[in-house]
Amino acid sequence: MSTATGMTRLLDERGTRLTSPEFDPVLADLTSADLLGLYRDLVLVRRLDAEATALQRQGELALWPPLLGQEAAQIGTGRALRRDDFVFSSYREHAVAYTRGVALPDLVRVWRGIALSGWDPFEIGMAAPQVIIGAQTLHATGYAMGVQRDGSDAAVVVYLGDGAMSEGDVAEAMVFAASFRAPLLFVCQNNQWAISEPVRLQTAVPFADRATGFGIPGRVVDGNDVLAVLAETRAALARIRAGEGPQFLEATTYRMGPHTTADDPTRYRDAAELEAWRERDPIDRMARHLRALGILGDAEEAGVQAEAAAAAAELRAGCLALTDPEPLSVFDDVYAEPHPRLDRQRAEYADYLRGFDS
Amino acid sequence: MTTLTLGRALNEGLRRTLADDPRVLVMGEDVGALGGVYRVTDGLQAEFGADRVIDTPLAESAIVGTAIGLAMRGYRPVCEIQFDGFVFPAFDQIVSQLARMRSRTRGKVALPVTIRIPVGGGIGAAEHHSESPEAYFAHTPGLRVVTVANPQDAYTCLRQSIASDDPVIFFEPKRRYHAKGEVDLEAPLSAAPPLDGARVLTMGDDVTLVTFGALVPTALDVAAVAADEGTGVEVIDLRSLSPLDVDTVAASVRRTGRVVIAHEAPRSGGLGAELAASITEACFAYLETAPVRVTGHDIPYPPARAEQHHLPDLDRILDGVDRALGRTPVEAAP
Repeated sequence: MSTATGMTRLLDERGTRLTSPEFDPVLADLTSADLLGLYRDLVLVRRLDAEATALQRQGELALWPPLLGQEAAQIGTGRALRRDDFVFSSYREHAVAYTRGVALPDLVRVWRGIALSGWDPFEIGMAAPQVIIGAQTLHATGYAMGVQRDGSDAAVVVYLGDGAMSEGDVAEAMVFAASFRAPLLFVCQNNQWAISEPVRLQTAVPFADRATGFGIPGRVVDGNDVLAVLAETRAALARIRAGEGPQFLEATTYRMGPHTTADDPTRYRDAAELEAWRERDPIDRMARHLRALGILGDAEEAGVQAEAAAAAAELRAGCLALTDPEPLSVFDDVYAEPHPRLDRQRAEYADYLRGFDS
Repeated sequence: MTTLTLGRALNEGLRRTLADDPRVLVMGEDVGALGGVYRVTDGLQAEFGADRVIDTPLAESAIVGTAIGLAMRGYRPVCEIQFDGFVFPAFDQIVSQLARMRSRTRGKVALPVTIRIPVGGGIGAAEHHSESPEAYFAHTPGLRVVTVANPQDAYTCLRQSIASDDPVIFFEPKRRYHAKGEVDLEAPLSAAPPLDGARVLTMGDDVTLVTFGALVPTALDVAAVAADEGTGVEVIDLRSLSPLDVDTVAASVRRTGRVVIAHEAPRSGGLGAELAASITEACFAYLETAPVRVTGHDIPYPPARAEQHHLPDLDRILDGVDRALGRTPVEAAP
């Protein structure tokens, strides 16, 4: 298959930094502390993800969709954003939410079954994660059309997966985004699997080529290379802020875990494939790079691991402190304005519940 | 007062709202230069610009989906779905997204989106241009569903719908677009009756006749004919299909003891079913006979030259009134 562009990569699997006339200037401002910060992010979100999986296994969460393997694709894009940018996502973008500054227990609120969204979208600049595949791409397009009307140079970023690329809503989003030149970055994390369906079932051409067909410049980046993802995202956002319209970035990565904790990938994929992708692990790669630079030593590693352990403990404690909703709260916020029929149902149910008091 | 057609009253309502609130946007297929296939948006793009009266690509899911995003950004989009039968590609965005966002986010995200849809039959149209899909939306928590039957309500209720912080599905009875009536364009919205209230149009002691949209003028004809025969028919225009103003209907039924419900949509699972159940719950002891439904049949909308066999008309509704009065056996019409 031919690709619209080659895959951008700045770190090879051994962690060797590859020079790039195009992207080296984009990352020229990164200090040693910034690089170590990216590594810290990667380690921390993997640890949080593992903790959430453990919480599910222990019965504290109903379900968890692990991000294992996709840390660099999410941290690299998330760390390129400004505060006033706005994110729409699917349900696996825990690391993106982390970069937006979400309170850690809010990551698991939905998966504990006590709420349908974890946070106030306007507080962290990120919409409630979307469960219907691809539906958020239209919301992002509309939001970006609003940003455009406001005359702001903020950008909107929407995350979607390889499976979502087959949804009609995504095609419609690309048509609208292109026709209205919406300031929108599509980030497609191609993690190779949509539950049990391999990416070859979703497309006969590279996704970036499909974007190009809609008139949206499409790029492909090694999604397990945090530096390349950061550089490509920064460059795409700069084009958007310069008024060049929507952009598309395919981050090639791999879902190393199950689709969710309810899934069993051994039924449909080869163990050898997983092993091959382990060689491209995003965290190992960055660690080798930073060790070679002398930025990451044993002391730094210990510090990062301690921070990750503390974050995991905070997530666990916060999760266990989340209490079930009050029964009558299910009637709240269905409507903004008074609704006599629903008010009556609430009163009836309150009466029914009071019957258990005596 | 000004004499306007129902379609023109909607146009004036949109114009007034666009002028009053810079956050209001009109969007849909052919709403710009053409002014919409029914001309409801006639002249608006020329007056307010292509950034506020937006011709969209032909993608209904995207019209609603992008309206959701625009509303999240603080805009108040008014979407036009070109025909009733074209709303289904947008069904997921309406039912799974628009209706739920407020509840999903515990009130953090309001979606003041109005979706205008020309509705119903009787115009001799092609397939998918004569549907009555209101029950799907009335069944969906989080939505308000409104329909109008006269130019004044068209002007007022559309503005109220756009002003509402809840998403509103606004059905426009397309075969009444050209019906004329008096409209007070200057009456303040604050003085208008609430958007979720039904209206009693004629007083009568014998039978309550409940309907909405295009069948309201037909119901008034029924009341006139029945009056000539000495039967008092109390006609109620529901206006709001969600929430239903059962209190107003029940108050009437407690006096008449008999109720006929008429709508174009198929009978099974239609709004008539919900009304009949709610009326029975609210005033069972007052009912002299079972509620009578006069509706479309449980069939896909028929070809134009047969639609008169599907749509309730004057005679079929009069027949329903007769059945409610015990003049023909109710049990014969399950």
